[in-house]
Amino acid sequence: MWFDRLLAGVLDTLLMVGVSSLIALLAGIPLAVILVTSGKGGIFEAPTLNRVLGAFVNLFRSIPFLILMVALIPFTRLIVGTTYGVWAAVVPLTIAATPFFARIAEVSLREVDHGLIEAAQAMGCRRWHIVWHVLLPEALPGIVGGFTITLVTMINSSAMAGAIGAGGLGDIAYRYGYQRFDSQIMLTVIVMLVVLVALIQLGGDRLAKGLNKR
Amino acid sequence: MSAVSARVAQEQQPPFAPLQQARQRALHPELGNAHVRFIGLGKTYPGQQTPALAGIDLNIQRGEIFGIIGRSGAGKSSLIRTINRLEQPSSGRVLIDQVDIGEYDEDRLVRLRRRIGMIFQHFNLMSAKTVWQNVELPLKVAGVPRELRQRKVTELLELVGLQEKHQIYPAQLSGGQKQRVGIARALVHDPEILLCDEATSALDPETTESILGLLRDINRRLGLTIVLITHEMAVIRDICQRVVVLERGRIVEQGAVWQVFGDPQHEVSKTLLAPLQPALPAALQARLQPQPPSPEAALVLNVRVSGKDKQAPELSSLFALLGGQISLLQGGIEPIQGRALGQLVVSVANSPHSHEQVIERARQWAAQVEVLGYVV
Repeated sequence: MWFDRLLAGVLDTLLMVGVSSLIALLAGIPLAVILVTSGKGGIFEAPTLNRVLGAFVNLFRSIPFLILMVALIPFTRLIVGTTYGVWAAVVPLTIAATPFFARIAEVSLREVDHGLIEAAQAMGCRRWHIVWHVLLPEALPGIVGGFTITLVTMINSSAMAGAIGAGGLGDIAYRYGYQRFDSQIMLTVIVMLVVLVALIQLGGDRLAKGLNKR
Repeated sequence: MSAVSARVAQEQQPPFAPLQQARQRALHPELGNAHVRFIGLGKTYPGQQTPALAGIDLNIQRGEIFGIIGRSGAGKSSLIRTINRLEQPSSGRVLIDQVDIGEYDEDRLVRLRRRIGMIFQHFNLMSAKTVWQNVELPLKVAGVPRELRQRKVTELLELVGLQEKHQIYPAQLSGGQKQRVGIARALVHDPEILLCDEATSALDPETTESILGLLRDINRRLGLTIVLITHEMAVIRDICQRVVVLERGRIVEQGAVWQVFGDPQHEVSKTLLAPLQPALPAALQARLQPQPPSPEAALVLNVRVSGKDKQAPELSSLFALLGGQISLLQGGIEPIQGRALGQLVVSVANSPHSHEQVIERARQWAAQVEVLGYVV
């Protein structure tokens, strides 16, 4: 029975983190590309858009996850119809993770040598070609590394979401470990989280290393 | 190469307009065969007082290797980048084949840039792509079909001698090999102009020589116009036909390479040329005196051979003019564009003529004679 409950907790955590990180990945990369290319001297220079988007990202990045989660409750209800359970946690997790990941991806994209962009322009690349054939492939190892960090941060956040009723490992640790003083459960959850984070970090590092041809 | 090139040209570029060009040439004979023409070109970067380029008027002929030299910050990079509009001029015009490229939109600019290859000091190869993918990229973004790309890339890698390395990533190549990939990538669209931005400045002398040899070979075989910028006079000497010297965004000297080398007019040209001139041996330098200690002292002259006439300098006439005992202390002649250029440092002793007469007579033989001093 304990095993079942822990297994369910792991699956819930993976589901929460998996779904929201997938959305963060799909939304964060375009966001990062826009942030980089719309900046001053960028290939799609648009200073106003850049400033507005940057301010928006900073706004969400500066709100602590616990507060963001509570503040988003009406929005969450609007989107998924409930404020309880795994799917309700996906909404604030995604909204917290997207700007976080976008900023990290932005740094990697910004580090792409300007000379490469110049070379691409000189060979007759259109601006979209530069994004697709130069910026993204060259920044990919850094983006993978950034996504690994995002995943680990989200496991962290998902545990917090668990505490206010989202399920997952955080929920188990809070209810059984903290409220019932069951240190064995607490320890088991901690070990599982450590293993999970270690696996993600290892996988991410390997992938980033394999992609880096420099 | 020609069959493939013709197809690429057909598919990627608007029809060639030789008729229109011929008409232009008839209307403006003064332009001759100008391939790239700058008219009153100026560039001032925002927030800067002094212009990076000012009042540049220049014609670059079709098929020549044209050098732009200057100290760092002289405006070379800005100037070469206005040819493919990586740099937008603030004033004046750039004409390529008599067509003003100033108002081109992205579409026309992209097509223009496919007619102009460019190589860079730091190579600027995509680190995440193999050698093959790097060379293929310009074709890929132009929508060239796979088969044609395959043939073209193979052909270019063969030209630069890297066919064995096509699956390797740039990080595993040497500097010279990287620049060869850069050259292959720049030539893959069969451009009419190749821009070289300090292309050999990051390479050792031996590799520089082989890259320059390759450029010379390409110029000869493909007949393309090469515009190169460098701060090394030796590069200009080795492959250019004509050169301009830039200083603070202005042209201070221009002409055939042998002229500028043989008889530099501007201070900057002289400074840039200085490293190529052998320094006087220290032992001689120590013995030189500015005033003759006695009438019998030997006069030391630097006689410059500026290549005005194409023959090798005829020394017996010089000796006959000077008279006395003539010793060669230092000197040498090297051929530049088929002309003999160099300098002879000689001492003249026991001449029947006075020191003043000797100097006068030396000037009959060579345009530039410098009195270095006197030795006993």
